[in-house]
Parts: sequence; C-alpha cells; structure tokens
Amino acid sequence: MKVAVTTAGNDANADVDPRFGRVKNLLIFDTETGEHEILDNSANLGATQGAGIQTAKRVAESGAEALITGHCGPNAFRTLEAAGIQVITGVEGRISDALTRFQEGSLKPANGADVQGHW
Amino acid sequence: MQVAIASGKGGTGKTTLAVNLALAAPGPVRLLDCDVEEPNAHLFLGVRIEGRELVGIPVPEVNEERCTACGACGEICQYSAIVALKTKPILFPQLCHGCGGCQRVCPTGAIREVLRPIGELEWGRRGELLFAHGRLNVGEAMAPPVIRAVKRWGRPPASAGAGLAKTPFIQVQPAATGDGDPPAESPAMTLIDAPPGTSCPVIEAVRGSDFVLLVTEPTPFGLHDLRLAVELVRRLDLPCGVVINRDGIGDDGVEQYCLAEEIPILQRIPDDRRVAHAYSRGEAIVEALPEYREQFAALYAALKEYDRHAHTAHTRD
Repeated sequence: MKVAVTTAGNDANADVDPRFGRVKNLLIFDTETGEHEILDNSANLGATQGAGIQTAKRVAESGAEALITGHCGPNAFRTLEAAGIQVITGVEGRISDALTRFQEGSLKPANGADVQGHW
Repeated sequence: MQVAIASGKGGTGKTTLAVNLALAAPGPVRLLDCDVEEPNAHLFLGVRIEGRELVGIPVPEVNEERCTACGACGEICQYSAIVALKTKPILFPQLCHGCGGCQRVCPTGAIREVLRPIGELEWGRRGELLFAHGRLNVGEAMAPPVIRAVKRWGRPPASAGAGLAKTPFIQVQPAATGDGDPPAESPAMTLIDAPPGTSCPVIEAVRGSDFVLLVTEPTPFGLHDLRLAVELVRRLDLPCGVVINRDGIGDDGVEQYCLAEEIPILQRIPDDRRVAHAYSRGEAIVEALPEYREQFAALYAALKEYDRHAHTAHTRD
C-alpha cells in the first residue's frame, strides 16, 4: 500500500512536517517496493482558502491509503475520510522512523481533526 | 449622486462624517451603512427599523441519484467549496462564493442552488433620511454579498421588495406599510459608509460611486493608510477628496502628501474634546454642537457642485 507523509524535505531522512494543508511536499511511500516519490505541494502553500481540502485531494489522487502528519484540521479530515484514507496525526521526527513504526502497526489512526481550521 | 466615505485606517471618522453629512443635508438623502462587520451608524441616528430581510448566497446542493461522480464541479471550483473525489462530491458551503459554476458545468443537472443565509439587511428611516445597513453573521467570512444587498436596496422601503425574485434575499419580515409614503422625490444623494481597509469589502462598497471622501487623521499612521486608500480609488478610477479629522494633532504629512498628489482637502474637523464627548454619548456632532452644522452643509454643497460640473462636462463631451 501507499502511505503519504508531509515534509519540507525531499527524502525519508527529512522530518515529518507538522503542517498538512500548507506543507511544501508530500512524500508518497510504497510499502511493497520500499520506493518513494515526492509530490510538490507548493501550489497550495499560498491558497487563500481550502488548502487542506486541496492537499487532501492530492493525497487521494496519489493512491495513498494512509497519511502520516503532525496536525490535521476539520475540512481536510472530512475530505480524507471521504476518500477512505487513514489519518495519523501527532507524528514527529524522521520520516524513515515514522514509516518503520507505521509498518510495525504502532501508529494509530485518528478519529477526527486534532486542530481547528486555520490552525 | 453616490458618495462613498472610506479610509484606509479604521477609526478615523467615516461614520461620523457620513452621519453628520446626512443630517446637515438640506433635502432627503439616503445613508447606507456598508460596514457590515460592525455597522454602527444607526446608533448615532436613532433610526426606526421598518423592515428586515435575510441575505444569503446561493450554494450547491447535489442530487446524488443524478450525480455520476464525473468531477467537473470540483474542477471548476476555485474555492474548494465542492470537492469531487472518486465518490460523490463533498460540499463545504462555508467556502462557497456563490458563483454558480458547478451548477453550470454539471452534465447531468445534479446540482441546484439553495440559499445559505450569511447576514441580514435592515432598513428604516428618520424623517426624510432613508437608511439601510447590513449585518454579516458572526463567523462568516464574506462581507461583499451583504454589502451588495445593502447597495441594491438603495430604494425607498415601499419598493424594496420589488426586486426580490431576482435577488438572493430571503424576506422574513415585510416592510412596514401604512405609516407614511416614501418621499416623493428620490434622495439627492446616497452616502455610503464603507468599511475600513482596502480589501474586497471596501471595493464592493465604493464601486459605482461618483466621488469618494477619504477620511484621515493628520498623523503618520493616518497618512500611511491614506496612501493605500488613494491607490485603491485611483485603481478604480474614482475621483476623491480628503477630509482631515482631529485636525490640529500630529504633523503636516497628510497636507504635504495631498498637495503633492493634487488631492483636494475638502473639510477639516478640529480636534475638539466636545466632539469626542458627543461621540461617546452616541450623538451626532451637528445635533450636539450646532455650530458645526455649517461646515458639514458646506461639504454637502461642494459635493453637489462637483457633481453638477462633472455632469455638465460629461454632457459636453
């Protein structure tokens, strides 16, 4: 399966970025092949509104079935939920560590947004 | 003649000027308080509210039986108010600007528009003065549709309901009737009390005016925001003049600027403690301090004179 991780960096050595909607990049990791690709999300950085929704849409379009990030607001959560994507919030540190923990099954999906909109 | 009263900076005296200009006018005028995030002109006028309508914006509603999840609606929406994944669209009505694009592009006619109330319009009068203001609901982000509703009202209460079919109003309380006819002559001037700043609500409020009065205080802060306001009215190609409030404080920066930019200074309201007192009691200056009536009446006359010249020049062209 594919897992999306928010980051300001370009590879799995970078840290998980706490932002979701206005994050610079999305790292899409494939658990079967161990490969990843970077999706540039800078178009949503300066969005006047709906950044979370649009970023959620990109995650859905990437084919990811889970998302690892720091925080997620209500509109983004609703969009991700509608797309059937597991949302894991509150994750910090290196992406590679987060992915290891995800594959071990020690990261639990959130039941809802963990911050308000425009957080 | 439509005159908008604006300023870059908040708290410079827009409402004070609008209210006193309206009260010093020799004939009937219309005052539209377009600062819909915090309307306050009514407090100084003691207007009797005669009618009220909800103002809404059209937002999409999806008939899921007809929807084929083609995604066209989500592609055209610039505001992420409708998002089409592989499933049926998800709606975020709070983000919708009411453009109607999704309804147009839907190939199966699955989208219809329903009104979502975002504020209200109230109107009333005090003697010959016709008054209306808008009130944006708390938590709503889009003031322009409510401002448009206030400006569209721009007619005596008796005919305010006439355009309802075409307008996104929801009437909840019909205009009071039987308490006097609207003035026979239509008001000679419509004064628009604009919100502060230079963003969309201000543009919506001043748009279509014949003249813009920019109220400022003679301080570096006042000048900084006056420059922004002047840029805005010039971009809209509207003629403007400056009114200096609290004249006597600060420095001469505003005067130097107006001189250099060839912007007329049309009135100076002195920094008078009694004016502040009247304001704090919710009283109009021209009523609490009648000696001020003349300067507001003079500004009114100057605006009418300007309009007459502009009109004549236009006719000659």
